[in-house]
Amino acid sequence: MTNATATMNRVASLGADVRRNAWTLGLLAFLVVLLVFTKVIQPGYGPIAAQGLGTSVLPLALAAVAQAIVVIAGGIDLSIGSMMALTSVVSATLMKGQSEEFGVAVVVGVLLLGVVLGAVNGGLVVITRVPDIVVTLAMSFVWAGFALLVRAAPGGGAALWLKDLVIGPIGNEWIPRAAIAMVVVVAIIWIPVVRSRLGLSIYAIGSNQLAAFRSGVPVGRTKLAAYVLTGLCAALAGLSLTASTGIGTPVPGPYTLMSVAAVVLGGVSLAGGRGGVFGPIVAVVVLQMIRTDMTFLNVNTNLAVVAQGVILIGVLMFGSLFELRRARA
Amino acid sequence: MSTAVRTSQWLTPTAWQNLFRDRPLIPLIGLLIVLVGIIQVAQPGIVGLPWAGVILRASVPLAILAGCQVLTMLTGGIDLSVGAVASMAGFVTATFVNSPGGVPLGIAVALAAAALAGLVNGIGVGVFRVHPLIMTIGMSFVVLGLANVWQLQMVQTGAGVPGVLRTLGSGTVLEVVPNSLVVFVPMMLLILLGLRRSGFGRLLYAIGDNPVAARLSGARAWQVLIVLYVISALLAAIAGLLISGLTNTASVSLADTSLLPSVAAAVIGGTSILGGRGGFGGAIVGALILTVLAALLTVLGLPEPTRQVLFGSIIIVVAAAYTRVTGEA
Repeated sequence: MTNATATMNRVASLGADVRRNAWTLGLLAFLVVLLVFTKVIQPGYGPIAAQGLGTSVLPLALAAVAQAIVVIAGGIDLSIGSMMALTSVVSATLMKGQSEEFGVAVVVGVLLLGVVLGAVNGGLVVITRVPDIVVTLAMSFVWAGFALLVRAAPGGGAALWLKDLVIGPIGNEWIPRAAIAMVVVVAIIWIPVVRSRLGLSIYAIGSNQLAAFRSGVPVGRTKLAAYVLTGLCAALAGLSLTASTGIGTPVPGPYTLMSVAAVVLGGVSLAGGRGGVFGPIVAVVVLQMIRTDMTFLNVNTNLAVVAQGVILIGVLMFGSLFELRRARA
Repeated sequence: MSTAVRTSQWLTPTAWQNLFRDRPLIPLIGLLIVLVGIIQVAQPGIVGLPWAGVILRASVPLAILAGCQVLTMLTGGIDLSVGAVASMAGFVTATFVNSPGGVPLGIAVALAAAALAGLVNGIGVGVFRVHPLIMTIGMSFVVLGLANVWQLQMVQTGAGVPGVLRTLGSGTVLEVVPNSLVVFVPMMLLILLGLRRSGFGRLLYAIGDNPVAARLSGARAWQVLIVLYVISALLAAIAGLLISGLTNTASVSLADTSLLPSVAAAVIGGTSILGGRGGFGGAIVGALILTVLAALLTVLGLPEPTRQVLFGSIIIVVAAAYTRVTGEA
């Protein structure tokens, strides 16, 4: 009897888990379909391509994680692309021609720099009470300006071990090292946070700031912490850019807007308080796979950009239509 | 006695706050004059009628794009597709120079394409309730991609910025008054009067200020939003035509650099990104301030990176000052 109840409870909680993560699971299923489809249209799609996929999506995946954290906390960070550019040029400039050991110090220093950048963003948002989008928009100019001051043109270098972290396979030839790097980052940064009091506070201020405040959540400090985590992840994304390209580029890439798109596709509500970091990561891989497939199908690459936009808009339209229906029912 | 009381009231901080809140244009114009004064001190003799003409000419397209942001921000939205739409409009028109239809056909096609993009934005935001930020980001991908496809199609026919646009965008009357004012002044009057006097204008404020109250009062938000985003895209297209005339270039990424400044100009001009507060007059002054600021930083001989850093800092300072004196974001 108790056994049966326990089983039923387990089934029920599994059902709840599935329902809660329905969006992410759906995305994962779609990714699997895409992978099978890729293998069908391009039988030559092999381990090398999978490794390349891992390396090329890593910067955007990390940027999406960075954006997800701050969006869950009810904010948004439009300076992620600039922070990536700044951390990338700083790391590439410092590592050029230096020893491998010095590279370790540089990486630690750049991660600290990311924390500082995030703290400045968050501090300004909390102190000035100017909307997040305005503050981070303005800071995107500031960080991009600093990036250009560090290095006017692309260049620099990366330590070999750093490149080895994200390029190539590990164990099985099908498993890209970049994927392992991603898992390690999520395991070290996101999982401890989400299981702690801080994680709960981040979701709380994102879903209802006033209610969180009245329940005794330190809103300002939590928001600051969320921006610091975002800065840290943006620094990781910048380092991964340096590692995968071997140089630092001072001009921000399309990462800011793409990260917002990936976050929303990944099931994080822009209103805050809902979603996680796994959905956005899967969304980034899906977006990249669609691009790859369109190349295999000999579709004009520019139409691939169109397709990304259409998919983004289409998914969101049907997603919110579904929400509206449910709200009415 | 009463005069004495009034005088003392003028000197209280509250009175200053009221001035800022009720007449934000006065301190903004004050800031503009201060900036012009600094330029005059930094490089005596530079400020004059021709200089004013140059500043005005550069400000017109930015002011129009800022108008897009003001209109959409009043409803609590934002239009991040204006950069892509503006570039597309300038580019498409340029590709029609050597075609049988000529420039008028090119402009008509460009405006129609822009209106279509705006229509889709409006349907997404108004009917499907997609977040405006993400809807317009997705649309910017679509527009950019399609413009690139168009570029590949048209590359054989040859293209150039039509003389009409060059005259309109960069020409001046007596080396002082920019020709672009012919387009801008009627547009400005239409927007200013439209926001203040027309039912549509009042609906924008109503929807942004309190969507529920607006709905209960019988406002059909979705209809308003569709028309609004079409207007925004058309304004962006006109700005794009002027920019291509001003710079004598036509490329699919021409106006991208104006996107974030357009948001900044609207914010500096006192429009709240949360909706319901602001106006076009402030945005025009905001665009002038940003242009004068860029000129000032050039006069001071500061390199581009430093300019970006100062640019971002000033946006934050002005926005923070607003938040402080108005007590709201």
